[in-house]
Amino acid sequence: MVGVFLRLVGRELTLALRGSIGTLMTVVFFVIAVTLFPLGVGPELGLLSRIAPGAVWVAALLAALLSLDRLFVADHEDGSLEQLMLGTLPLELVVLAKTVAHWLTTGLPLAVAAPVLALLLNMSVDGLVILVVSLLLGTPILSLIGAVGAALTVGLRRGSALIALLVLPLYVPVLIFGVGAVEGAVLDVGVHANLSILAGGLVGAVVLGPLAAAAALRMTVE
Amino acid sequence: MACIRGERPVFSGVSFSLDPGGALALVGPNGAGKSSLLRILCGLLRPAGGTLAWDGAAVDEDWAAHRQRLHYVGHLDAVKPTLTVAENLDDWARFRGAARAAIDALQALGIENLADVPGRFLSAGQRRRLSLARLVATPAPLWLLDEPTVTLDAESAARVATMIAAHRADGGMVIVATHGEIALDGANRLDLGVHGVPADMLLADQEAKPEDDAW
Repeated sequence: MVGVFLRLVGRELTLALRGSIGTLMTVVFFVIAVTLFPLGVGPELGLLSRIAPGAVWVAALLAALLSLDRLFVADHEDGSLEQLMLGTLPLELVVLAKTVAHWLTTGLPLAVAAPVLALLLNMSVDGLVILVVSLLLGTPILSLIGAVGAALTVGLRRGSALIALLVLPLYVPVLIFGVGAVEGAVLDVGVHANLSILAGGLVGAVVLGPLAAAAALRMTVE
Repeated sequence: MACIRGERPVFSGVSFSLDPGGALALVGPNGAGKSSLLRILCGLLRPAGGTLAWDGAAVDEDWAAHRQRLHYVGHLDAVKPTLTVAENLDDWARFRGAARAAIDALQALGIENLADVPGRFLSAGQRRRLSLARLVATPAPLWLLDEPTVTLDAESAARVATMIAAHRADGGMVIVATHGEIALDGANRLDLGVHGVPADMLLADQEAKPEDDAW
């Protein structure tokens, strides 16, 4: 079963890498969105470094949203979803495998690009480290919550707008604790509480997200 | 067994059994529930009533084991445009727990020369043949086929008939939804038209019909 799971992750990565610009788009959007802030608020370094944690996190959140609508739609349209449901892997693990691949192609590149962009916003080095850690903990939660939204809207024609409405309110806690951790590092008031809550949220999302998304997919296929 | 789709009863009072080596042809007009019955048999749909049993044991007790026993070829071919024919087939074999797809699967459908071609260059008939190659790629005793030859040329349709005959000779079972294009020697016929709900009820709910046809 582990072999089948890894094989499915590999297949999703292959599809994402061969599937042209879709994957790249997330990071490009993230870069553009963050660089808009210095242009918008002006080159005052003190102000930029104060808004940096929030700006980077909000941009990451919106970038993660962008790629969600294709998570299950392609498989649903070409019949792959039916065949995956008839395979040996339980649907919950199918969802988890697809979400892992989704995170590897969206969340992970965001976390890698983030420190460079945060430098642009004059963030301190302490802040950069915690920013990467908080994104590494937070973006998987975004993918997992997003998978539930994507599963619920998979049969709808204009699903992507609805996903944003469904999922963004659930992203709020991730945003608050992610930004909280980075600000804690910048102001040197401690980061552990915020990071622990993010880690706890991640554990919860890994368990509950696939269950909820699988239930939603079963409903759709019926 | 009974089936309800979107509050509209499709059929009721359907009952059948199949022995090893047997074949069942599901016939009936569009919307009679042929596809719905096949989807019930593989577990993608829940029946509104009745039971599904294998060797006397209700399938409800172990769906995972039941899914291992069957192959389902529906209207959608599950072919990824960016993967090659061989990759597509291999993936589906592995997701069923096999080490790899049987080598002769592509030969059986006459598409071995397409093995390295990405799925997006295939015609509708070639995609369907790739979808049918899954039947040979990993063995399973029960084949559920939904109008399998609908996009195929005469030669490929004959190959499918040969495959089905060989499968039955090995003791396998086949259930085919068909409008009579495919020859099945000694097959039982199940006419879902006669189990349907009265025609005036169908007319009362016309807008629901296209969706049922699509499945």
